[in-house]
Amino acid sequence: MAPASCALCKMSKAILKRPKTGQQICKDCFFYVFETEVHHTITTAKLFKQGDKVAIGASGGKDSTVLAHVMKTLNDRYQYGLELFLLSIDEGITGYRDDSLETVKRNQQQYDMPLKILSYDELYGWTMDAIVSQIGKKNNCTFCGVFRRQALDRGAAMLDVDHIVTGHNADDIAETVLMNIMRGDIARLGRCTMICTQGEDTIKRSKPFKYAYEKEIVMYAYFKKLDYFSTECIYSPDAYRGHARAFLKDLEAARPSAIIDIIHSGEAFEVREEVKAAQKTQQTCIRCGYMSSNELCKACTLLEGLERGMANSAITERARKKMEASGPAPNNMRSIPFFQSSQPILAVEAPS
Amino acid sequence: MASDTLSLKIEFGGGLELLFSNIRSHKITLPHLVPIDNSMDGTSHVPSSSTPPSATDGDKPIKTKPADVTYLMHYLRDNLLKERAELFMENGTVRPGILVLINDTDWELEGEGEYELKDGDEIVFISTLHGG
Ligand SMILES: [Zn+2]
Ligand SMILES: [Zn+2]
Repeated sequence: MAPASCALCKMSKAILKRPKTGQQICKDCFFYVFETEVHHTITTAKLFKQGDKVAIGASGGKDSTVLAHVMKTLNDRYQYGLELFLLSIDEGITGYRDDSLETVKRNQQQYDMPLKILSYDELYGWTMDAIVSQIGKKNNCTFCGVFRRQALDRGAAMLDVDHIVTGHNADDIAETVLMNIMRGDIARLGRCTMICTQGEDTIKRSKPFKYAYEKEIVMYAYFKKLDYFSTECIYSPDAYRGHARAFLKDLEAARPSAIIDIIHSGEAFEVREEVKAAQKTQQTCIRCGYMSSNELCKACTLLEGLERGMANSAITERARKKMEASGPAPNNMRSIPFFQSSQPILAVEAPS
Repeated sequence: MASDTLSLKIEFGGGLELLFSNIRSHKITLPHLVPIDNSMDGTSHVPSSSTPPSATDGDKPIKTKPADVTYLMHYLRDNLLKERAELFMENGTVRPGILVLINDTDWELEGEGEYELKDGDEIVFISTLHGG
């Protein structure tokens, strides 16, 4: 095959076929269009204003590593005037998170951004290693997901930032749309395609890579020789997501636009959802002050279950009733420090 | 003919190296001509042997083709891969979600599996499926 020349500059040799458009483009044009599209996503959705303090949720993986690089590039190129931070959550998974945090620490040097690492151990008094040794590998992703979400918000409050950006890409969002459809979770379906979400008193969260294909993110990292960590979480048995992902990749192989098409479908559902927005009203958790749709937030419920040796209490209704029936939480139980979004939380002592 | 073997540089990334003894970079040698059905018959001893290209297996001639990327994937699976072959190949090609670069170019621009390998080629396989 004769090497094709770039469809954009017509000069250099094409090195990539864009999954979104089928265009064959050269390396420099690829960098430029990839960055420019993210810039358009940011400006169209008016994600930031001058002077905003923005934390990049950094896991050391490909998406957040590329996001940190692109955010820095765009902030300089277009003078967004943002103050950027890296925020990492240490779940306490030996041989997985400790290695990926090393990558984040290198990113901190490379991108010259302040880094905050907040650990589950510090915040909840439990590492994922300890949780798994108590509850096994079955529901540990539930714990990890709930704990991570709250930890990110609390880490952001400690940094006093206005906004958290995460590396969720178009493939991730399409996958979540599929999962919500398969589960019949209409309320989440609309929400999962939103580029920016903001609860009552939580920090804004957004996804600048909402329309960026995973293939291009990985190619970008490859051609820019970015340093990222790529090992599967050792506790990750989320088979359901795995199937959704495999199905999506098969669809993409047959028709590359499938990913964007699915996101657009999710967005179309969103409009109708507003008509019947009968979601639970938000309140704050009586124990820790974090936003919640019940008296106790999910993290506090999970933590209480762990502390009392009834870890399923937040997973099944029956187990929750059983825990409630067994009396109130003991006073000496470990709990999460009170959440105040406006001012930094004091350092947490980890009870032994 | 200068040589009837090809020297290739193979790289694995994005977590795919975990299936290959956790080694990212490999140097391999393939015969110029390989069985058309991508089987390893008659090639496992090839690197050092002087077997003529259209080797015969007993009295049955083996049909051959120039070594291509599809053959390379089968070769890697059968010779270098250490675990979970289904995470590398599916339906005779790489599993969806694995990117392939041929001399730093997206294989989709080079004919994918039908690309005929040349001596000195560098082939990179990167998984996109690991971690965010
Ligand atoms: Zn170009
Ligand atoms: Zn709470």
